[in-house]
Amino acid sequence: MTTGTHDATLPDAAETPSDATTGIDMGSAERVHRRDGSAVLRLSEAEALDQVSDPDNPAADERMILNMGPAHPSTHGVLRLMLEMEGETILRTKPVIGYLHTGMEKTAENLSFLQGPTNVTRMDYAASLFSELVFSLATEKLLGIEVPPRATWIRMLMCELNRVSSHLLFQATNGMDLGAVSMMIYGWREREEVLRFFEKVTGLRMNHNYIRPGGVAADLPDGWRDDIRRLLDLIRPRLDEYDTLLTGQPIFRQRLQGVGVLTPAEALALSVTGPILRSTGYAWDLRRDEPYLAYDEVDFDVLVGTYGDSFDRFAIRLDETRESLRIVEQILDLMPTGDYRTQDKKVTPPPRARIGESMEALIHHFKIFTEGFHVPEGEVYVAVESPRGELGCYLVSDGGPKPYRMHIRGPSFVNLQTLPHLMEGGLIADGVAIISSVDPIMGEVDR
Amino acid sequence: MTYGVPETTSRGQRVLHPSPDQLLDTVTALRDDGFCTAVDVTAVDYADHPGRTDLPTGTAAERFELVVMLHAHQRGERVRLRVQVPADDPSVPSLFDLFPGTEAMEREVFDLYGVTFDGHPDLTRILMPEDWEGHPLRKDFDIGSIPVQFKDAPVVR
Repeated sequence: MTTGTHDATLPDAAETPSDATTGIDMGSAERVHRRDGSAVLRLSEAEALDQVSDPDNPAADERMILNMGPAHPSTHGVLRLMLEMEGETILRTKPVIGYLHTGMEKTAENLSFLQGPTNVTRMDYAASLFSELVFSLATEKLLGIEVPPRATWIRMLMCELNRVSSHLLFQATNGMDLGAVSMMIYGWREREEVLRFFEKVTGLRMNHNYIRPGGVAADLPDGWRDDIRRLLDLIRPRLDEYDTLLTGQPIFRQRLQGVGVLTPAEALALSVTGPILRSTGYAWDLRRDEPYLAYDEVDFDVLVGTYGDSFDRFAIRLDETRESLRIVEQILDLMPTGDYRTQDKKVTPPPRARIGESMEALIHHFKIFTEGFHVPEGEVYVAVESPRGELGCYLVSDGGPKPYRMHIRGPSFVNLQTLPHLMEGGLIADGVAIISSVDPIMGEVDR
Repeated sequence: MTYGVPETTSRGQRVLHPSPDQLLDTVTALRDDGFCTAVDVTAVDYADHPGRTDLPTGTAAERFELVVMLHAHQRGERVRLRVQVPADDPSVPSLFDLFPGTEAMEREVFDLYGVTFDGHPDLTRILMPEDWEGHPLRKDFDIGSIPVQFKDAPVVR
């Protein structure tokens, strides 16, 4: 089968940007501005027959379209890829998504602001607290309320632990995709320890509905500091074990080094954020550059890579786990006392004890949980740094108790656009390593 | 007025209001001014909320609104563009040539709202099945329900 050639006519924007402030070589974004399209990957059979190859050119017969997924074990859920192959080499890739689309943004328009977190927490199911956080921050910004310091710090503690569990999941699946199956067991084992702490705090392992507009659902349980110390003592040496097992392992390195290379200019042009952007050497982390919660009061490093390849993305996530544990350790000492949710009576229901003795409290409680609280008219965009990149929430209220529009900017959805560029010209076996290093969560891609 | 288009603030966030014709020029000017990445492209259907008050004078409210978020990393500045898109001609220029990262986002807006992007390399459905009819996030698209087999069956007690 013959295919069209890449059209190399480029718009003005493709010129190499120079970056004086960061002092890194931004590289060229030429590749990502190409308009070759991947329409060839969804030709009908009749159309494909028209393009059947020339019998005088046997080399053209090597090209074929291969369908990978949506039920392939290394596509992380239900990602489907249409690959144009020449032998073992990938020429073009088209990610086909939507297999997990359940209309969560539509659902959100029919749920009150208080019910919202139960919905968004199911988007990025590996880092569910971040979706709850960004939705709650957006709602609070529309309401114009401040949450008490303890609520802010509890949110930070839980989110950093969630980052640890999410990156451990990445280590597990990344190892599995590359054939290091024992890594899968180890990653899952350590992640389970973190989830056990979550279960103790929120009652659930994964979809917590813990961070809510106005604060968090419940205070930390007694003895939480001991649990955290135990976690720190447990996970830190295990991360060093991963280093021994994977980082220095020649076979593992050869599978990842130089595979799926992205330049900083390409990453910015493709709106990429998170570890993929940082792996290119571009230091950008919303926790540092646009501090939310109380990230300006803790010490941590923003880790960057050098080559923008799959190995850098692996190493950054491993080291970010250590940084998150460092933040968690500081929170142990810095956690303030006080209330865990705002005392704004419009948002927070009355305490259980009051309901038994006051009719007004009962009515108030009933109103908050049936009708919901009204949020002033307006629109707002709030972003946080999730383990996968910038997680944003665009929230529009018409003054009623339900969001008029709720849009989640999922980092996986945007980062997935790098796949065709990362996989181009590589081997199909490397393709698996690249999908793994992009670390997409399909629940968030399809929403 | 900034870049020749009205500017407002919403909860302390900077919002520009270009018309669909001004969109490309405004985004080009912003890109040349240091806004290095297009964070997000989305849309809102204001069919059920026509009387919104946060538009600047002179900008007529239309049914659809395209929302584009840009970010200038070096200055730590964000800007949001709200473009009024009329219901009888829901079409805007594509930002693909300026920011190729908007490719999937524009496809999502097309899929869920039916707003078309002129100059987009591959404007097809992305989340819904290719043969789906209608645009689900429009306010006049019912959420529907799954038929329950026994719902109307006579109750046996």
